[in-house]
Amino acid sequence: MNVMSQTVKTPGADIQEETPLLEIRGLVKRFSLSGDFLEQLRFKGGKLVRHQEYVHAINGVDLAIRRGEALCVVGESGCGKSTVARTVMGLLQPSAGEIRYGGSRIDNMSTRELMPFRRRMQMIFQNPYASLNPRMTIQQTLEEPIRLHHPGWDSTRVRDKVAEVMASVGIAQDWGTRYGHEFSGGQRQRIAIARALAVDPEFIVADEPISALDVSIQAQVLNLLMEAQQQHNLTYLFITHDLAVVEHFGTRVVVMYLGRICEVAPTATLFSRPRHPYTQALMSAIPRLEDDRPQHLRLKGEVPTPVNLPSGCVFHGRCPHANERCGREIPALIDTAEGSQVACHGVEEGRIG
Amino acid sequence: MTTSTTVPRAGRWERLRDSYLLYSFKRDLVAQLSLLIFIAMVAVAILAPWLAPMNPYDLAQIDIMASEMPPFWMAGSDDAYLLGTDAQGRDLLSTILYGARVSLIIGFGAVALQAALGICFGLLAGYLGGRIDAFLMRLADIQLSFSTLMVAIVVGALVKAIFGSSTFSAYAVPLLVLIIGLAEWPQYARTVRASVLAEKGKEYVDAARTMGLPSRRIMFRHILPNTLSPIFVISTVQVANAIISEAALSFLGLGMPETHPSLGSLIKSGFDYLQSGSWWITLIPGAVLVALVLVINLLGDWLRDVLNPRLYKG
Repeated sequence: MNVMSQTVKTPGADIQEETPLLEIRGLVKRFSLSGDFLEQLRFKGGKLVRHQEYVHAINGVDLAIRRGEALCVVGESGCGKSTVARTVMGLLQPSAGEIRYGGSRIDNMSTRELMPFRRRMQMIFQNPYASLNPRMTIQQTLEEPIRLHHPGWDSTRVRDKVAEVMASVGIAQDWGTRYGHEFSGGQRQRIAIARALAVDPEFIVADEPISALDVSIQAQVLNLLMEAQQQHNLTYLFITHDLAVVEHFGTRVVVMYLGRICEVAPTATLFSRPRHPYTQALMSAIPRLEDDRPQHLRLKGEVPTPVNLPSGCVFHGRCPHANERCGREIPALIDTAEGSQVACHGVEEGRIG
Repeated sequence: MTTSTTVPRAGRWERLRDSYLLYSFKRDLVAQLSLLIFIAMVAVAILAPWLAPMNPYDLAQIDIMASEMPPFWMAGSDDAYLLGTDAQGRDLLSTILYGARVSLIIGFGAVALQAALGICFGLLAGYLGGRIDAFLMRLADIQLSFSTLMVAIVVGALVKAIFGSSTFSAYAVPLLVLIIGLAEWPQYARTVRASVLAEKGKEYVDAARTMGLPSRRIMFRHILPNTLSPIFVISTVQVANAIISEAALSFLGLGMPETHPSLGSLIKSGFDYLQSGSWWITLIPGAVLVALVLVINLLGDWLRDVLNPRLYKG
């Protein structure tokens, strides 16, 4: 706690560089498929054995989020992006690994110990139609986190804070008496952002916050998030599958595939020179106006099931560059010359440019 | 909090006057009639000691010679007994007023107990899940496998055997509340649990959790208000059910004693005379019972429609 509060208060940029705001080490999350104990019992070869199956949503993710950056996580559906976000926020308990916030381990804390961290970390959800309590007015929704985290504040102060937050996200004051369902998706997402900002957080996890919105509204909400970042000096963990958003928004990008990180790179580097074969395929799939581009890389097959993970590199079954080592050995993240990290034997061996 | 920062806090009456509840009520004739009848019935039931021509609990006022007198519109009626008398010579109108009071107390008391138990267990089971859920739901299964009547017979027999018949009669009302309340809590628990499971997966609950709200507050402040519609629906059904359960128990001689009749025991006491022509002893309390149950159900339907904000502001 002491170390952490020091790093928050010290203005020196070099110290802020040293301690990442959020650090994930060896994170694993499995979901059991087998039900309760009685359902797990099976007959095998005349013997009663306990049979357990898991969905391996995250398989050893290491990640550090620096202060002030907008770290985007991309990957296809089911690759564990949202699970990472939910585990970081404490909505899910990790099966293994640890999560450190400002140096303190938060994944095994009790509810009470977590309270100071809850105020600093907030989450914005994908579906603005479900993320507001339909029985609460906007005023109640926005007041609740403030009252919870500042029990000493009187009503006037709470209301002033709500008014300030509403103004900062462009919500009219008279919305307060109305209910969530009276608003459009974009308006609701503004309210959800206001709720997250109400307790002055320093870190926001945004789980596909614009995917459910109309395209005409997406840019508005995205700009709002970027403004908020500048005004409040926020750090983002931004989950998305929209590469255009990543290019516009992200400082660094994490590419995930089947619960593992393929590549971590600064946005510009990733877009100019993707290294991991999966990232390359992903980048080539972006539709471009220019016609002189080569045909996009077609991956063969499907994403393997996360129930029975492939041995070695999770991508080796679909990788055009895979060799025998890829099927045997799990690649670790290695640093490249461009300042990015790639988990690929081919890149390590120099086989892939 | 219906007031905003700009509007000064309005008084309770102003808020009611401006509310949608009243607006909808003014436009719903069925609701108005139901509420009128319901309030009238509750009022006369509460005011029974002052309104009733005679006190059916007071043996000194009962004249056995005046038994089985018909209601006023039939030949042979007596003006002193507007709705006639029962087999013991009690004024039927007075007995119905007192009986309705007993039925209402038992009905609402039992439902309050059911709701309190069922909502708490349902919320806990649905929200916490796992072993607590399994335990509470198996408990509910066990409870449901005993019918209300069976629980009542066992409890009634035990109380009568241990404390004697007079004690049972003296505490019949709280006992019946307890029996009907305990026997039917799983109805609530299951309904609430199902709604909680549906609501728990929604993102506003996740938002409340990431905020750091304690589980109790999430359960009662966030999830419970969103499960109110089904609770209201079953509450109306359950009030009606409880009143009818009580009537059934009384009919079997396990409920209210003859000396302190509820609507159910009145119906029962008249049932023996139905064939002999004194139909009013059974049918008039029966009609009152039906009317009571009907207006409660109609009111419940109206409330359900009004209290769901999605239906009126969408």
